[in-house]
Amino acid sequence: MKLIENAAGRLVPDEINGTEAVPFKGVGKHRPSGRKYAPSIPTCIDYPEDNNKVISSLREALVKCGLKDGMTISTHHHLRDGDLISNQIFEIAAEMGVKDLVWFPSASFPCNDPVIEYLENGTVNRIEGSMNGPLGRFVSEGRMKGTAVLRSHGGRVQAIQDGDVRIDIAVLSAPAADSFGNAKGTGGPSATGVLGYAKADYMFADRVIVVTDNLVDLPCFPMEIEGNYVDCVVLVDKIGIPEKIVSGTTQITKSPDRLLIAELTASFLEKSGLLRDGATMQAGAGGTSLAIAVYAHEILRRKGWKFRFGFGGSTKYMVSMLEEGQMGYILDAQAFDLDAVRSVEINPNHIPYPVFNAYNYHSKGNLTTMMDIMILGATEIDTGFNGNVVTHSDGLLLHGIGGWQNCLHARNVIIPVPLFRDRIPVIVDRVTTLCGPGELIDVIITERGIAINPRREDLIDSVKGKGLPLVTIEELRETAERICGKPDKAAFDERVVAAIKWVDGTVIDAVRKVKY
Amino acid sequence: MKQAITGNAGPKVRSDVEVTLEIKGSGGVELNLKSKVKSMYGNAIERQCRELLKYFGVENAKLSVVDSGALPFVIAARVEAAVKMLTGTEASFLPVMIPENIYHSARERFRFSRLYLPGNNPGMFLNAGLHSPDGIILDLEDSVAPDRKDEARILVRNALRAVDFYGAERMVRINQGERGLTDLESVIPHNVHLILIPKCEDADALRMVDETIASVKKREGQNDTVLLMPIIESAKGVERAYEIATASPNVVAMAIGLEDYTADLGVQRTKEGSESLYARNRIVVAARAAGIQAIDSVFSDVGDMDGLLSNVLSSKAMGFEGMGCIHPRQIAVIRKGFSPAPEEIDRARKIVIAYRDALSRGLGVVALGSKMIDPPVVARAQKTIDLALRLEIIPQNWIEEEGKE
Repeated sequence: MKLIENAAGRLVPDEINGTEAVPFKGVGKHRPSGRKYAPSIPTCIDYPEDNNKVISSLREALVKCGLKDGMTISTHHHLRDGDLISNQIFEIAAEMGVKDLVWFPSASFPCNDPVIEYLENGTVNRIEGSMNGPLGRFVSEGRMKGTAVLRSHGGRVQAIQDGDVRIDIAVLSAPAADSFGNAKGTGGPSATGVLGYAKADYMFADRVIVVTDNLVDLPCFPMEIEGNYVDCVVLVDKIGIPEKIVSGTTQITKSPDRLLIAELTASFLEKSGLLRDGATMQAGAGGTSLAIAVYAHEILRRKGWKFRFGFGGSTKYMVSMLEEGQMGYILDAQAFDLDAVRSVEINPNHIPYPVFNAYNYHSKGNLTTMMDIMILGATEIDTGFNGNVVTHSDGLLLHGIGGWQNCLHARNVIIPVPLFRDRIPVIVDRVTTLCGPGELIDVIITERGIAINPRREDLIDSVKGKGLPLVTIEELRETAERICGKPDKAAFDERVVAAIKWVDGTVIDAVRKVKY
Repeated sequence: MKQAITGNAGPKVRSDVEVTLEIKGSGGVELNLKSKVKSMYGNAIERQCRELLKYFGVENAKLSVVDSGALPFVIAARVEAAVKMLTGTEASFLPVMIPENIYHSARERFRFSRLYLPGNNPGMFLNAGLHSPDGIILDLEDSVAPDRKDEARILVRNALRAVDFYGAERMVRINQGERGLTDLESVIPHNVHLILIPKCEDADALRMVDETIASVKKREGQNDTVLLMPIIESAKGVERAYEIATASPNVVAMAIGLEDYTADLGVQRTKEGSESLYARNRIVVAARAAGIQAIDSVFSDVGDMDGLLSNVLSSKAMGFEGMGCIHPRQIAVIRKGFSPAPEEIDRARKIVIAYRDALSRGLGVVALGSKMIDPPVVARAQKTIDLALRLEIIPQNWIEEEGKE
């Protein structure tokens, strides 16, 4: 393995876990070749004649699907911090003496911290997916055997489709499923509302196991997982802890400082004209984003305007726009709270929309490029407008990429962030880890001023002289440094512990082992 | 005393630091640092602490620092307070006065909203000015625990020099009596615009404050007027409201504090406030008679914005011109409630236009219709216009717009 400087000026490995890696070439510069990956051809003669695929234990299903050393196991994260299934896979594998698995989740949560034990005892070689909290620290300290690979939600489905990652067994929890394997996100004690992260997994995996605690009569409709892709259906007592799957209710932030940023963002949206009748919008489920959604909703109501559609993660705030007539449709990959779960079940204009369709860069078009207003977060932004979402300024991996990189392709990318968190500047001279190139990030909104990317002269013109506190990104960095003092850079070891993939599968940056 | 502990630490504490200092006979300075920003600022914090100890002449000591992302002015205040507790040193380590903090106030400025900042809670200082209150009050009195008064005084002093309050009027609420006079010694040299005098009951208490300020100013060679706002919080104070209001030409406003006032009467404070109606009227009348602003008590339910707005509207109707805030989210509501009504703005527009006309035609006297307008009325009208602009009630180019009509 050697290190190569990529088009963004970052040193990245040319090989990751024994496979050749392509360095980032610039936005829209990499052209894939070849044909999409396809799993082996099954035949229905291998499946029960009555199509009843129900099996009573996950262990039996894993054995039936041929679990063995070195396999790649995928899961989705719709059960969030209430997931009772993922850890069991590795517990069973450890009991069977299976080694060197690759876990390929769409995201991991604190409830998955026990996987550290299986990383330590060799059952799992590495995780290719988001790394939070203790898992992130474990990787950052160089304790994982393999190299982590972090991908965006869209990058993950691109990797599956292109065959960069070949899933041997997909273990997909489902709040409702029938005996044939059709499954959906609504109904039952562990309802997630939507199963938007499961599509690429079930289509491209060699083996698919659906795990449910709610076996319903045929047909389980409208199905988000199609039974003809499914090997077996495991019926268990419980797939998740309901109150940890969705929040009872998502809440807008109570912090006066964050509300100030949200107000400033709403004011920017209004004064720039980005907020208009027929616009499309996406905002996350963080407290500040929710406050922005609430303020935007007020403006729409005042003006008698309507969003054409919003893309979920859905929350009660989007649902209230839908129900009160300020949003035409919600296209939804995941539901964050109980109101969203209820809405997707009963409202025909609240439509489950898989990530595979919305975010895949290697497809014939992309939903994110149709979004007018995109509200995102970041741990760091630098004076080149480059963004970091995976590491903190101390170098520790603490977050997944989520859909962040994919969403950067929206028409107007707006990042509301505090200028500093405690003493740690958010606006810096160079991001610790590069996750998104500055040419895709348009506006940074802080409590101490709004910086618009100089590339976006149109946006600058649209808000000139309208009473907004416009500053340059350099001024923001200087202000942060004046208040906080100049921070020392995090110290790193040589060893690469994680690779950060761009949406097209190229390597945009590498994370190194932290040095204490 | 063997060991001094200053500042705050704990899971909910942010932007503060807890310092534990023991002075030793030998062995140099042993420094122990725990910080959530250690990888980025560990060296800077250690260097700063060592320099501070050296500055105060402490050569042998054990210093434990538990940091939750405190800024340098906070660290400096905490270390200084700990050294003072152990050595009684008269020395002070003053952070640099940032240029943003050198600005003046004025008697006639608006004082609709004044945000209280507990004086020993540095996390709330940093963004206070961004919420655009008319004034910020660094509070040394009721929001500071009795055994923390000394360290709060140092922290507030440092904040007055190092924290940008973004143009808000810079106020300090001192303690009552002797302690209050000590507070003045410490804060007056650092561009305080206004001193709030709590539980003011007679003109003498106010004069004492005024004289102490004068002597500190003389010592420091300062010229700027330090304005005064007595707070009336007792039956005695209410009875002497006019005497207090006129005790010094530096008094610009008089506030009422209803928690203490109702306690003094031995009655419950209610949302309707009928128990304090007389006192509030009395304050307004005394203030008007003295030519100063009357300021209403804080509204303590920070979750009830509708209740706050109706409270502000009834305050304004009684003649009050401002109210204290205990949460940044109250500021906008208070501003909305006290901001000029459309007919006020209309009149102000006419006066300012008439004044500009008179100026451009070289006239010495401003008239609106057949009525002469005094200069303070013009000044006041301009203030109303300025405020309407600041509140975005009228457009920046309102004069051109006016011309079109």
